[in-house]
Amino acid sequence: MIYLVVGSGPAGVVAAERLRKLDPLANISLIGSEPEPPYSRMAIPYYLTDKIQEHGTYLRKTAMHFEKLNIQLVQQTVTSIDTEFNRLITDDGETRRYDKLLLATGSRPVVPPVPGIDAPGVHNCWTLEDAREIIKLAKPGASVVLMGAGFIGCIVLESLALRDVRLTVVEMENRMVPRMMNDISGNMIKRWCEEKGVSVHTSTRAESIEALDAGKLRVNMSNGQSVDADLVISATGVKPNIEYLAESGVYTDQGIVVNDYLQTSNEDIYAAGDVCQGKDFNTGEYTVQAIQPTAVEHARVAAANMVRGHRTEHVGNLNMNVLDTIGLVSASFGQWMGVPGGDSAELVNEKEYKYLNLQFKDDVLVGGSSLGLTQHVGVIRGLIQSETKLGSWKERLQKDPLKVMEAYLACSQSQVATA
Amino acid sequence: MQKSLSIDPGKCTGCLQCEMACSLENEGVFNTAKSRIKVFTFHEEGKFVPYTCTQCDEAWCMHACPVDAIVVNAATGSKDVISDLCVGCKVCTIACPFGTVNYNADSGKVVKCDLCGGDPQCVDACPTDAITYVDANATGLDKMRQWAEKTDNTVGS
Repeated sequence: MIYLVVGSGPAGVVAAERLRKLDPLANISLIGSEPEPPYSRMAIPYYLTDKIQEHGTYLRKTAMHFEKLNIQLVQQTVTSIDTEFNRLITDDGETRRYDKLLLATGSRPVVPPVPGIDAPGVHNCWTLEDAREIIKLAKPGASVVLMGAGFIGCIVLESLALRDVRLTVVEMENRMVPRMMNDISGNMIKRWCEEKGVSVHTSTRAESIEALDAGKLRVNMSNGQSVDADLVISATGVKPNIEYLAESGVYTDQGIVVNDYLQTSNEDIYAAGDVCQGKDFNTGEYTVQAIQPTAVEHARVAAANMVRGHRTEHVGNLNMNVLDTIGLVSASFGQWMGVPGGDSAELVNEKEYKYLNLQFKDDVLVGGSSLGLTQHVGVIRGLIQSETKLGSWKERLQKDPLKVMEAYLACSQSQVATA
Repeated sequence: MQKSLSIDPGKCTGCLQCEMACSLENEGVFNTAKSRIKVFTFHEEGKFVPYTCTQCDEAWCMHACPVDAIVVNAATGSKDVISDLCVGCKVCTIACPFGTVNYNADSGKVVKCDLCGGDPQCVDACPTDAITYVDANATGLDKMRQWAEKTDNTVGS
């Protein structure tokens, strides 16, 4: 068997390893387009703050890891797929044949339609190479404008704050991390950042970027203000890398659409990770989640299904995220925004920057979001995904949402019932 | 033979000696807030329930880690955080459906139970044998495993 895995992020690496485990004699290649060993984009913020060196971002730390597994690492960019003859075509004109193909090509930053966005000094924070450029420009005291306060923007924000730059954030929505946090908690994060000396402009767009003398940039905002900067970071969202599939006949929508076995519309091609439009656990809809746990679970299921004799159903992933914004930790799970006809529980402590929101459908937890809490948050995932019936504990949680761990112990471990 | 923690909440008096011992062993201080084992109090039922990582086979935390900083301890079967490699991204803290991997803001790393390398101090400290370290097959671990399986609705094979 020849397995090709395209994309050497977490999904690609985990899938290649899983394929090796299930098919010891197969020919396995892992194809990545960047001139780096497989690394984790998620670790880049910690590289920016010198918490780790470049090596610390690598997905596998031991030298010869892939050689030992007899997984061939290839640096090439795939430009198209010839599904008739089961082969890939790469940017250097080479073709590679496959029996089974996994597409884990991830996503890339969108380029917002802002005049001047291609000026020198405007960077994404997506690749290790981007990070190296940012380190050069984000010196202590430098003025940095961050466009976008979504998940990636906020992760980068923390790194920049720790580099002691003068930071200005521009976000179109009315709050920070709008896809993770509601009005209350999103604005608590904004206030927290402002208290830490970050200038935050919400409900504001960057309208243009002018190149001034000596490498300086001027960002003109929709609120009439402008900021001069040494560095502008664009973090206004990402989109799946699917363009190379245009002529392939593989069905794409937002991402590569897969069935409940992570198989695409072509039976020999599977997809995983940030490029994959797979089933959502809560809604049953097929969406691009683009989060680390989903990427890894996709990879394990897809790899199993690629190997003859194995069949694993993908029941769907819970969308969840965790973020640290200059020391304020936030997390969101599933349908944190609530469901029609559902109930909720909410704890708001603006003064101490603590927030917890739980969402129920009948007596089952279906979502939640938290701020300023770092203990036992994972149990929210457990309660949602196990669809545990909370019974009387729902009412107790509505009175005190912080009792979520107690609710789990009482309802799932049956260790509390008898006094 | 693999051993695991066995917890009998019926014997727990809520004295928190386990939390003190855990904190001292792992953080060098007597501070229950830093313990990896937690005793949960149920006032209405008049019960105390100690709880920590079950070292589950699914190892959600380990698989979710983007930098390979959580590994299986070959001697004890525990899933250990390699602090030098942990970047503090906290993905494991939301991936663990038991809520037993937690972030320590002081160190900027996550912490979880590692069975103290095979000599769990909470067990030594417990005056009522509510926490024991026994042959894994003989424990009430099954209930916890069932919970893990219930959550494990994505990965089979």
